[in-house]
Amino acid sequence: MTKGCGLVPEQVPTQVFEGRAMVAGEAAGQVLRLDEPLSFWGGLDPATGRIIDRRHPQVGQSVTNQVLVMPSGRGSSSGSSTLCEAVRAGTGPAAILMVEPDEIIALGAVVADEIYGRLIPVVVLPADRFDDLSTGIRVEVSGAVCRVGASGQTASA
Amino acid sequence: MTLRLDERDAARLAGDEGPAVALAMRVVTRVAEAMEADRLLDIVGAHIDSCLFTGMAALDFADRLAGGGARVSVPTTLNVSSLDLLHPELSRGDPEEARLSRLLMERFEEMGCRPTWTCAPYQLEDRPAFGEHVAWAESNAIVFANSVLGARTHRWGDFIDLCCAITGRAPAAGLHLDANRVATVVVRVGEVSDDLLDRDVLYPVLGGLLGPLVGKAVPVIVGLPSGVSEDRLKAVGAAAASTGSVGLFHVVGSTPEAPTLEAALGGRPPVAEFQVGPAELRVARDRLSTTTDDHLRTVSLGTPHYSVGQFGRLVEVLGDRRIHDGVAVYASTGRDVLHEVELRGWADRLVRAGVQVVVDTCTYFTSIIEDTSGTSMTDSAKWAYYAPGNLGVEVVFGSVEDCVESAIAGRVVRDEGLWARA
Repeated sequence: MTKGCGLVPEQVPTQVFEGRAMVAGEAAGQVLRLDEPLSFWGGLDPATGRIIDRRHPQVGQSVTNQVLVMPSGRGSSSGSSTLCEAVRAGTGPAAILMVEPDEIIALGAVVADEIYGRLIPVVVLPADRFDDLSTGIRVEVSGAVCRVGASGQTASA
Repeated sequence: MTLRLDERDAARLAGDEGPAVALAMRVVTRVAEAMEADRLLDIVGAHIDSCLFTGMAALDFADRLAGGGARVSVPTTLNVSSLDLLHPELSRGDPEEARLSRLLMERFEEMGCRPTWTCAPYQLEDRPAFGEHVAWAESNAIVFANSVLGARTHRWGDFIDLCCAITGRAPAAGLHLDANRVATVVVRVGEVSDDLLDRDVLYPVLGGLLGPLVGKAVPVIVGLPSGVSEDRLKAVGAAAASTGSVGLFHVVGSTPEAPTLEAALGGRPPVAEFQVGPAELRVARDRLSTTTDDHLRTVSLGTPHYSVGQFGRLVEVLGDRRIHDGVAVYASTGRDVLHEVELRGWADRLVRAGVQVVVDTCTYFTSIIEDTSGTSMTDSAKWAYYAPGNLGVEVVFGSVEDCVESAIAGRVVRDEGLWARA
């Protein structure tokens, strides 16, 4: 992606690491990191893409087009349809990176791909990468490979 | 790990039984691959959660399968929907959404599912036997099937539940496999008063505490009296599957895979051990309430759906008293349980007392509650956990006795002494 500002982008170190792709695909976006696991059903409003679990530290934040980084999924087995509904409504995240594999989330991404042809990559992160992926950092996901700070942009810039 | 398919699986995937079956097979195999399963296994039954209208995606998916002529190939029960078909006048939701919900329910009946409309299929007559593989969705049903019945289901979710029912196959992964059913975490309950150990209200609180403590690990609980009742185990599981991702727990002396602590652990040392005493339980109980406002408007019981035994207790606590005029009391259950409640003559008593029985759905996500201002009370940790997000209500958790006394008084009254002495 090029920008017409004519400035040389500030050098940001790029980290590349490999996770395990539960649902393989390509995506890029800024990280929204959740401090606690989230149940999509009852925790995410698919109409707005916002977190509505009032006990969750990131309540009120929008996941739309973000690379959602979370320790794990949680709770309801309806999470798959909430994720799929969010994808249908255009409020879903760009990609989901988790420390613990969660097949409910993978399932939601698979069905969204099958029914709407929109693929959200779901990748299991190496546990030691969770802390590096703070909110606002840009990440590119390609299959199991994640490039952090790949475009030389951060949210704070 | 490579997923190996048998000939029939491969043929269905290739479209030999039509595009709808191929779609169902693709979902099952893609999830099997995501879970690194090496094969699929046969299931003897399914319980489907996808019949709850969560948006157009749910209907689009069911339309693709039902429209393509797919039918379930194993006995299949249906979870709650978004509508109470026996009491449609209770619905206060958007009529268009009610129409779509109805359409979704019809799709599942067309595909050959039993219209049971309950989140507690383990309260129906036919339930899976020890060791049988099933594909169940609905987190409280999953944890009950695994823990209390000793049947085997992974934590399956919306969509794959239907795909497994259509294909009769499930990924050989997760809680279907012996290796993943042994406990890795020990939870020791100690120093709790005999009085509290003997109260129903302890069990949802204990479950609520279990979720954040163990996440998705399999815990084994020691220190409870032996022979904990099914209703109490149901409350532990429903809470633990809401506050965490627990799909199986063992209770030494009460659940079938835990005759002893050693057996539940599979002879291996635990990776973690936790002590739970009165202080931890009080914190867990407090976490289930969002307000101290005692202005009571609504009481919601029956999440998961009340059993016959729980209705018996409710009727006993109510006696001949009537609910306060300013309070609405709802008790959610399945049609089969309601039928039994009617046969016992309890339904009339509940009506006289002012209790509204709700079937086919649940008050924690459906627009049934007339007045969501003021305080809602519940005896369910699951309701307490989800309703504030789903409905925007403020909630106070209490025992069924607390709920009834409060409903009669018109304001929140709880037996604090029970917890102070815990």
